[in-house]
Amino acid sequence: MADETTQPPEAAKPSPSPAAAAHKPAPKKVEATDASAHPWVESIRSAVPDSVVSAKEFAKQVTVVVHRNRIAEVAHHLKDAEDFRYCVDVTAVDWRDRQPRFDVVYHFYSFSKNDRIRVKCAVADGEEVPSISEVFLAANWPERETWDMFGIRFAGHPDLRRILTWDGFHGHPLRKDFPVEGIDTGAAIYPEEWPEGGGPAPGDPNRKVVS
Amino acid sequence: MSDDRPLTEAEKAQAAKAAEDLKAAALAAAESVPVSVHPPTLFEVQEMELNFGPQHPSTHGVLRLVIRVDGERILETKPDVGYLHRGTEKLFETETYPMGIPHTDRLDYVAAATNNHAYCLTIEKLLGVEIPRRAQLIRIILDELQRLSSHLVWLGTSGIDLGAVTPFWYAFREREQILDFFEEYCGARLTLNCMRIGGLPFDLTPGWVERLIEFVDDLPSRIDDYEQLLTENRIWKKRTVGVGVISGEECIEWGVTGPVLRGSGVEWDLRRAQPYECYEELDFAIPTRVNGDTYDRYIVRVQEMRQSARIIKQCIDRLEPGEIRGKVPRVIKPPVEETYASIESPKGELGFYCVSNGTNRPYRMHVRPPSFINLQALPRLAKGHLVSDLVALIGTIDIVLGEVDR
Amino acid sequence: MKVLTPTVLTYVKVVLLVAVVPAIIGFIIVLAERRLMGFMQVRLGPNRVGPKGLLQGVADLVKLVTKEDITPARAERAVYFLAPVLSVIPALTALAVIPFGPAIRIGKVKTPLWVTDVNIGLLFLLAITSIGVYGIILGGWASNNKYSLLGGLRSAAQLVSYEVPMGLALVSVLLMTRSLSMVEIVQRQERLHLWFVFPGLLAFFLYFVSGVAETNRNPFDLPEAESELVSGFNTEYSGIKFAFFFLGEYAAMIVISCVAVTVFLGGWLPPFPHVAAFKFLGVIPPFGWFLIKTGLFLFCYIWFRSTFPRYRFDQLMALGWKWMIPIALANIVIVALAILATPGRSNGLFVLSYVFGALFILMFLLAKLRQKLTRRERLAAVPASASETS
Repeated sequence: MADETTQPPEAAKPSPSPAAAAHKPAPKKVEATDASAHPWVESIRSAVPDSVVSAKEFAKQVTVVVHRNRIAEVAHHLKDAEDFRYCVDVTAVDWRDRQPRFDVVYHFYSFSKNDRIRVKCAVADGEEVPSISEVFLAANWPERETWDMFGIRFAGHPDLRRILTWDGFHGHPLRKDFPVEGIDTGAAIYPEEWPEGGGPAPGDPNRKVVS
Repeated sequence: MSDDRPLTEAEKAQAAKAAEDLKAAALAAAESVPVSVHPPTLFEVQEMELNFGPQHPSTHGVLRLVIRVDGERILETKPDVGYLHRGTEKLFETETYPMGIPHTDRLDYVAAATNNHAYCLTIEKLLGVEIPRRAQLIRIILDELQRLSSHLVWLGTSGIDLGAVTPFWYAFREREQILDFFEEYCGARLTLNCMRIGGLPFDLTPGWVERLIEFVDDLPSRIDDYEQLLTENRIWKKRTVGVGVISGEECIEWGVTGPVLRGSGVEWDLRRAQPYECYEELDFAIPTRVNGDTYDRYIVRVQEMRQSARIIKQCIDRLEPGEIRGKVPRVIKPPVEETYASIESPKGELGFYCVSNGTNRPYRMHVRPPSFINLQALPRLAKGHLVSDLVALIGTIDIVLGEVDR
Repeated sequence: MKVLTPTVLTYVKVVLLVAVVPAIIGFIIVLAERRLMGFMQVRLGPNRVGPKGLLQGVADLVKLVTKEDITPARAERAVYFLAPVLSVIPALTALAVIPFGPAIRIGKVKTPLWVTDVNIGLLFLLAITSIGVYGIILGGWASNNKYSLLGGLRSAAQLVSYEVPMGLALVSVLLMTRSLSMVEIVQRQERLHLWFVFPGLLAFFLYFVSGVAETNRNPFDLPEAESELVSGFNTEYSGIKFAFFFLGEYAAMIVISCVAVTVFLGGWLPPFPHVAAFKFLGVIPPFGWFLIKTGLFLFCYIWFRSTFPRYRFDQLMALGWKWMIPIALANIVIVALAILATPGRSNGLFVLSYVFGALFILMFLLAKLRQKLTRRERLAAVPASASETS
């Protein structure tokens, strides 16, 4: 997640040429800034020690990276002390070649501040993230979806099972190594060809990999 | 048995013995069942687990609800979604940014323009593109037309679910006109693909605005027609008042947004709270009711329809000739950043979370679907109600399965 | 002719009824319902089959007759076969006691336009329509389908519950006529120069609403509504058997309408028959008047179906037991008092008519006034930004 911004190929300059271009202002390059000194980040840091890893602000949105095992306390703090009562969404990003592999991303919104905050935590493949569905009821299904799509387990979730894919589906579709054409999920769809719970092995040539 | 010769005595005896053994085994198995387990009779009260869907007449899509009922009273509802899951978010990653816009149409297919809008807003935020004023106004007009269309569908189907068969036809008469407007604008009635990153694909055709003014002037009297059939109708009120009550606090707990939230007393609308395009200039009310039942949500949506008409008129008044697309690079390669942008769709807060890695394809594009999050609250709403009310409740949350499942 | 003795004529009339009424239902009423509902819903109804869609009934009949006759695997065959029959026959039988018109003369044959004038006509009707409930219960049970059974039981509960206010409403009319004979009821209205709808306004409303509930029609059609979980007792029926249930429902509608016309609207009497100014109304024969009035009720049935949402089952039952029965009982007391107050004469009924009429108009006006006064506050949303809505 390098902090550099790439130049768009046709970097637009406010050109002095006649009328046509003058109506179209050039896209302002938005810069990301470090937000470690942001009051919300400070408050998280002081309430939950050893949680904040880094913080950034881009396009007026604050992103705070916290430790995976502190996420529940951070969520608690945000809800109780900072009034971020509304959990907008929970999702994840698969950084395939990075260790730890996944980023679990939470968005919260505060009615009194009328603003959002994004909280991320890095999770390795196979690690668990404490679930915040007790604190934020709204996070229940999004966490299930994240489990379904990425295979990230949420410890303490009341009912962690697949939500968008079907029973018997093997694999986690939004992972980068899951082919967009889909895979043969074996017995789930072809019970007459595969034994119960069976399916093609990971090394099977029928399972295509997206590069 | 390949040969047809008659059985010998020995074989007959063997067959008879085998039959006896089988019978004895069956009896033993039957007796091994504890006596206390007797088959339930009709009049014993027992809990039943029923399947509601995935195909049923009050269909709002393919939704399966597994409900546990005690007679007619619902004890527990478990929605089972995913029947319309098409891997949209995965597809976003394989296509360039502009190619993703038609995919967004298919999310909330009843209100396609708002999906396009949210998607474009997210990428514009990444790029820092400024949208020309004319494009902003037309985007608002398209959005509000779409809100009208979506609420008309909701009104019609809600009515039919509860037995009022006539508002459906009236609502769809108006909706046909709206779809005609869209067809003239971008060529499609339902899956519109009517916005581009930076603005709009087309400018308005001559006469479109005039006809739209006529339509919008007519609309309040048409909405009066619907209201006359339903709003004061004693039976309608009996079916909807007090059904599915949820407080504003609980709505926020469950992350529920949109008319459901506003029906419960929380006056929050992204068009007012975090205005995008030029909503901050426009004068419109945010209908809010306090009881949080189905009737209030009905009133909120009907009033929203009236407000949409107002907004469209104001936008038309402000229209001036101008550019319809901001300066956007030909190949869209946003900086290596992430952002989230959301709009107020007819169903609630529709947002897109985009992570870009500097290439022309999104690294991760996630949809925050209002229907999905709102549907989470259905078990909470349905607890304690009758099965007949479940139909009303599904209608009042106003879900579109394309959005729930993506 | 000596062949056409009254007995033979009775048989002829029975055959005509059984042949004609279902035909009317199939060919006219079903089409009328669909076209009318279409008209109310800003759309055309069926207009393809035949000129202006008039042969739609024929098409429906052919379809239903040629459909595969399915019997569920473990259904009770005899009962399964019998249930639709039990639904139709009582409804058609009830038509036997309904007077469609006074005596008419065709050539040398003079015969009254009713099959029979039993002196317990009204009681006979109530009893026969109660038998129709059997068809529904048995139909639901014989289908060997949990949901059909529940739907059938619900429907039966509804029917049985609404028979009580229906009967009580008719009792109040009974007080006015002192006779159960249907013909006698019409003739008394003729003698009194008063249709019983006026003194029995309350009874009229009670009767008609109960009648709508009796026939499982909107707004009381939850047991057979499509958008409910249970599709009702006729889920498993197809083809002719389904046609019979359908027919039974419409025949019951006709019976209820005919009874309402006879008891409340003066049967075959034209309005104001004794007033000279209205003599021109005599152009339409009495049978025509009967048809017009029955058509009015059938139109109301269709109108209700287009307009109202449907009641939930518990609300439906509550309405019947908690509201309609007490009101029906009160109505009986009121009518009885009015009659007792003027013994031997009928002035009491007239006074009651005026009182009810005045109350009705007053209530209507008050309701309109209240609607007007509270319009703004009723429909107002509660926005903090106080711009006007609309």
